[in-house]
Amino acid sequence: MTEEMSHDILIVGGGAAGLRAAIAAAEVDANIDIAVVSKVFPMRSHTVSAEGGAAAVLREEDSLELHGFDTVRGSDFLADQDVVETFIEKAPEELIQLEHWGCPWSRDPDGRISVRAFGGMSVKRTVYASDKTGFHMLHALFQTSLKYTQIRRYDEWFVSSLLIEDGKCVGVTALDLETGQLHPIVAKAILLCTGGGGQIFPFTTNASIKSGDGMALAYRAGAALKDMEFVQYHPTGLPGTGILITEASRGEGGHLINKEGERFLERYIPGKMEMGPRDILSRAIMTEMNEGRAFEGEYGGYVHLDLRHLGEKIIDEKLPFVRELVVKYVGIDPVHEPIPVRPVVHYMMGGVSTDINGNTSIPGLLAAGEVACITLNGANRLGSNSLTECLVFGALSGRAGAQYAVDQKPVSQNAVRSLADKEQKRIAKHFLEKEGGTERVASLQEEMHLTMEQGCGVYRTGESLQESCTTLKKLRERFADVAIDDRGRIFNTDLRGALELEFMLEVAECIAHSALAREESRGAQSRLDFPERSDEKFLHHLLAYATPEGPRFEQQPVTITRWPPEERKY
Amino acid sequence: MSTIKITVTRYNPETSSEPFTQSYTIPYKEDMVVLDALNYIKNHVDGTLTHRWSCRMGVCGSCGMMINGDAKLSCATFLRDYYPGEVQVDPLAHFPVIRDLVIDMSDFMDKLVEIKPWIIRSEEKPLEEGEYLQSPDELDLYRQFSMCINCMLCYSACPVYGHDKSFLGPAAIALAHRYNMDSRDEGQDQRAEIIGSHEGIWECTFVGECTRVCPKHVDPAAAIQRTKVQLTKEYFISWIWPWGNR
Ligand SMILES: Cc1cc2nc3c(=O)[nH]c(=O)nc-3n(C[C@H](O)[C@H](O)[C@H](O)COP(=O)(O)OP(=O)(O)OC[C@H]3O[C@@H](n4cnc5c(N)ncnc54)[C@H](O)[C@@H]3O)c2cc1C
Ligand code: SF4
Ligand code: FES
Repeated sequence: MTEEMSHDILIVGGGAAGLRAAIAAAEVDANIDIAVVSKVFPMRSHTVSAEGGAAAVLREEDSLELHGFDTVRGSDFLADQDVVETFIEKAPEELIQLEHWGCPWSRDPDGRISVRAFGGMSVKRTVYASDKTGFHMLHALFQTSLKYTQIRRYDEWFVSSLLIEDGKCVGVTALDLETGQLHPIVAKAILLCTGGGGQIFPFTTNASIKSGDGMALAYRAGAALKDMEFVQYHPTGLPGTGILITEASRGEGGHLINKEGERFLERYIPGKMEMGPRDILSRAIMTEMNEGRAFEGEYGGYVHLDLRHLGEKIIDEKLPFVRELVVKYVGIDPVHEPIPVRPVVHYMMGGVSTDINGNTSIPGLLAAGEVACITLNGANRLGSNSLTECLVFGALSGRAGAQYAVDQKPVSQNAVRSLADKEQKRIAKHFLEKEGGTERVASLQEEMHLTMEQGCGVYRTGESLQESCTTLKKLRERFADVAIDDRGRIFNTDLRGALELEFMLEVAECIAHSALAREESRGAQSRLDFPERSDEKFLHHLLAYATPEGPRFEQQPVTITRWPPEERKY
Repeated sequence: MSTIKITVTRYNPETSSEPFTQSYTIPYKEDMVVLDALNYIKNHVDGTLTHRWSCRMGVCGSCGMMINGDAKLSCATFLRDYYPGEVQVDPLAHFPVIRDLVIDMSDFMDKLVEIKPWIIRSEEKPLEEGEYLQSPDELDLYRQFSMCINCMLCYSACPVYGHDKSFLGPAAIALAHRYNMDSRDEGQDQRAEIIGSHEGIWECTFVGECTRVCPKHVDPAAAIQRTKVQLTKEYFISWIWPWGNR
């Protein structure tokens, strides 16, 4: 690659957020030069796995007020309400926009876009494309993006660091996997859309590429991570693989049943039953397991998700992918047998702290989508809000970034050459040309998984979290002694895996420390030693900044506009 | 403990000019897919083994390879279907190999842009006016062709693509057909011109291998068939009524 790699706006990530941002930037002005850098081809991004749907108020019987309240209540009152208001207002037009771009939304007989029920949403407002919503959204966005010739893609380029000069973000270093060359790519604005980090945990619905890269990149560069203690468990993953059985299966009427044959949610959330929010359902299942009312299998405890009463027709029409997955990966047919499920890590509410336009504390650096914490989701995200979040705030920050870029002076690649050389040397020294080293990436990853599951799982205590903090510190030290097998240049996935693990360990440490610092139970954070929510002490966000000794915390108030905090009741 | 033997065709242009094979004997479990076996090797035996994967649930399209000679998704192919026999894994046929099981798919990425896979309309409806209405029946006309995950299995199975790389190929034609059949789209003529300008489609003799290997039941063979009919029709119409071709 000989040409100058210099752009107006550089977007890291080609998932829903990144592609929506790229198109939004392109529509600001046809002269804006946009780069999309992604470690996988955009249509492989994890958005592809999303099944259930995307929420927005499209029906007369629904209201923005209600979508707003559901979101705030779901967040256990930690969402920033100005963000929620922007979100609910923009959500409908974003989903219509996607319809205009060809997304094959499921339809009612009259030709309108259909809506379905989703947990924590008080009316049907989740738009869907069968049970392959994310797949169809991603392909519609990607294919639409192809018509904008000013979007230049760097497919299978791995971003290893952010280039910061005079306190501003001016580009990235990226490893072209195919050649193994590390290049600086400069831009006037950099927008992170790198998704979440479920791979930090052992049982997760997340794909292998979800290693929290963007969070670690920003954190290392000095930006704050916000509300990292809130990790969402999805109540219904397949034991072992963690493959997701979409919430739509409950939305369509599926039941959760324990070993005793009871619909045990009766004891926990009788008002909502299967349609309760994820944090509460996940805790209910864990309690059933801990109290011996769950089934036991090769991968630990599980309960049943029963769809049989829906019948073959509904299952095939509304949940064909669920049937396909269960037949294939469990070897049973959900038309005739209940599906074994357990809570699995699904989504990170926390992320790179941004303002409502996606700006981080570093000038020139923005973030959107799952990697960001603009604080829409607070302590617990409602299912089907996050695809919409990617669209709404992807578009907003794509525009904001493009407009910011227009006012900036061009950055030359030469100016960052020395920063890039330093990164090149770091990778050579620690990995490609390293001498000695006894640790394996895979074993360190397993140990990280273990401590995250044991210490930072559905239920946490000060003690368990402290232990995770200590273990993670040790693992980070041991990482310095890692030796990879593959010392080649071309398509070195061993190197990529090591760089990803390094990112994950930093993010994991931040999660554990944040959870320790929040001495209350709220949304997805359930502290056995502090079982109550404490608005006096903790109605604020926790901002974590990296220091050599571990994270340093600051508090940020929650923005409250229309919905004063109250007890979270269903 | 039961074990299974996995043989992988490997290639690294940095160290050898020719591909070579390497066998690994690894622990076997009933619920393992071929991808699990490759990851086991990568994590515990030989970190230089190189393959693509991501979702491990058959939807991202990254993990296609030849498994005992058949084009398959490695995350959706169970070892138990071969056990106690051996498993031979090769990179997808008909593609240049970058390294080991990683193929170069830039040819397809270029073709994708060529067929204009986006909604083409002479007039856009403003967003405030809401969605384009589309009945479930209209949706059904193209739904199947919108299921393609770009996994490239069909290109590996296609004899025409095997000898003529200029052929647009099954997935690209299926995708063009998907947009052509969409009630919101008006780009059929533009796409017909592009598809018609490639010779390859006339060489397709409907062996149907693409449809057989497709893990998502896209049925590209049907799309090719219908596209051909449509092209002849358009050609025919423009020949009899040169002024009347819409
Ligand atoms: C199984 C599953 C089902 C879900 N279902 C739903 C649902 O029904 N409704 C809903 O609202 N939400 C759902 N979610 C959540 C939702 O899908 C995600 O939050 C959302 O898709 C994230 O999109 P994103 O654009 O932020 O990131 P992603 O789609 O994860 O994309 C990240 C991008 O960043 C790139 N990238 C990452 N790191 C680097 C790096 N270092 N260098 C270069 N590129 C990099 C990747 O290549 C990728 O292109 C689901 C999640 C899962 C796991
Ligand atoms: S048509 Fe089928 S086989 Fe071909 S790329 Fe698409 S999903 Fe794969
Ligand atoms: S890993 Fe995604 S399709 Fe196999």
